[in-house]
Amino acid sequence: MLIIITFSSGRLPFLKGDPVAKGTVHIVVERCKACGFCVEFCPTHVLALSSAFNSKGYHPPHVIHPENCSGCDLCGMYCPDFAIYSKKVNTGGGK
Amino acid sequence: MPVDETVNPVEPFLRSDRMPHIWCPGCGIGTTVNCFARALIESKIDLQSLALVSGIGCTGRVAGYVKLDSFHTTHGRAIPFATGLKLANPKLNVVVYSGDGDLAAIGGNHLIHAARRNIDLKVICVNNLIYAMTGGQTAPTTPGHATTSTNPYGTFEPAFNLPHLVEAAGAVYIARWTTFHVRQLARSMSEAFSKKGFSFIEVISPCPTLYQRRNKMGDGLDTMKYYKEKSKTRHGAPTNEVGLTLNGEIVVGKFVDRDRPDYEAMMRGQYVEALGDRYVECGEMVCS
Ligand SMILES: Cc1ncc(C[n+]2csc(CCOP(=O)(O)OP(=O)(O)O)c2C)c(N)n1
Ligand code: SF4
Ligand code: SF4
Ligand code: SF4
Ligand SMILES: [Mg+2]
Repeated sequence: MLIIITFSSGRLPFLKGDPVAKGTVHIVVERCKACGFCVEFCPTHVLALSSAFNSKGYHPPHVIHPENCSGCDLCGMYCPDFAIYSKKVNTGGGK
Repeated sequence: MPVDETVNPVEPFLRSDRMPHIWCPGCGIGTTVNCFARALIESKIDLQSLALVSGIGCTGRVAGYVKLDSFHTTHGRAIPFATGLKLANPKLNVVVYSGDGDLAAIGGNHLIHAARRNIDLKVICVNNLIYAMTGGQTAPTTPGHATTSTNPYGTFEPAFNLPHLVEAAGAVYIARWTTFHVRQLARSMSEAFSKKGFSFIEVISPCPTLYQRRNKMGDGLDTMKYYKEKSKTRHGAPTNEVGLTLNGEIVVGKFVDRDRPDYEAMMRGQYVEALGDRYVECGEMVCS
């Protein structure tokens, strides 16, 4: 069974001008082999490897800066294990 | 297809029941498959028209992980199998997805002749510079001085420069990327789908377990950083200048994009010339 942990990053800005996430990242924890590609090549440093283990003993990534995610899905393209992907957030405001 | 937020966009192209796959942590083969799936999405190619053929090796396993009509042939024989498919059913889009050893060593003769005949195949060669699956033996692509299980004191044979080889043999589309160049690789794959004739895409890919480890090059991520640092994009670079070395620069880009009649067109042309009205094309193949 796949365990999909979704980090939603659609927080509202506290102050005007604060960055607002334009993407959400989804991590299929059980597939990850902790290669670190997604962490290294995320252009805005949204991710870090966590200290948690999956059932195979790998440390999957987690989201440390959700507000910086652009939804570019580069993490999704780099992942050799199909364990991470992102979707653009529909901001609705047309902005 | 409606967008499902809880599903990876590449999931429909994978046999999810077989995941996680066998590839090692930091192996680049999965990244190439990821790019391939995205090229399928981008190019909107009809999946019913697509067949994927692999040989034997770690890369050869791709045939078993894609949710497409696929076949895992014997070692070195992906191209002849794919040639047969294409000749029997010219409407198929046939992709050959295999390793450097499979395509250029035991299958090397098939590679050059399919390029010479300009058979309409899209060949994706995952080049990890080694025979990975069998334990890291020297391949015809292993660069000089690299340490392998069969050359523990370093290789000394000259290696094949694959883009140069297939250009000389007649390929019409030739590109090389590394697994660092995910967007460019996906774009080249889409481009090859719309190209008639023998297309060859070489993907330089880490094998941390058997190549990088023996050569003290670190893990998959270290290799990706090396690709990032040492790659130079040179579209149209003369292929005799793109040979690989152990630690040196990696020239990437689209090297060749030219047109010449493919096998089917040459065959038809010859028969029409020789037989005139007596030449009748056979109709569609019906499989019952
Ligand atoms: C006829 C035959 N000879 C030899 C082998 C052993 N063999 C299996 S895979 C392989 C090399 C694969 O190298 P490559 O195509 O580069 O794939 P990789 O594992 O590196 O992805 C060899 C020699 C075989 N399976 N069949
Ligand atoms: S979608 Fe882009 S910005 Fe967001 S985590 Fe992935 S790589 Fe980083
Ligand atoms: S790229 Fe994939 S396998 Fe590698 S650490 Fe990220 S999620 Fe895990
Ligand atoms: S042995 Fe090398 S090529 Fe094979 S799966 Fe492991 S890292 Fe990949
Ligand atoms: Mg190989």
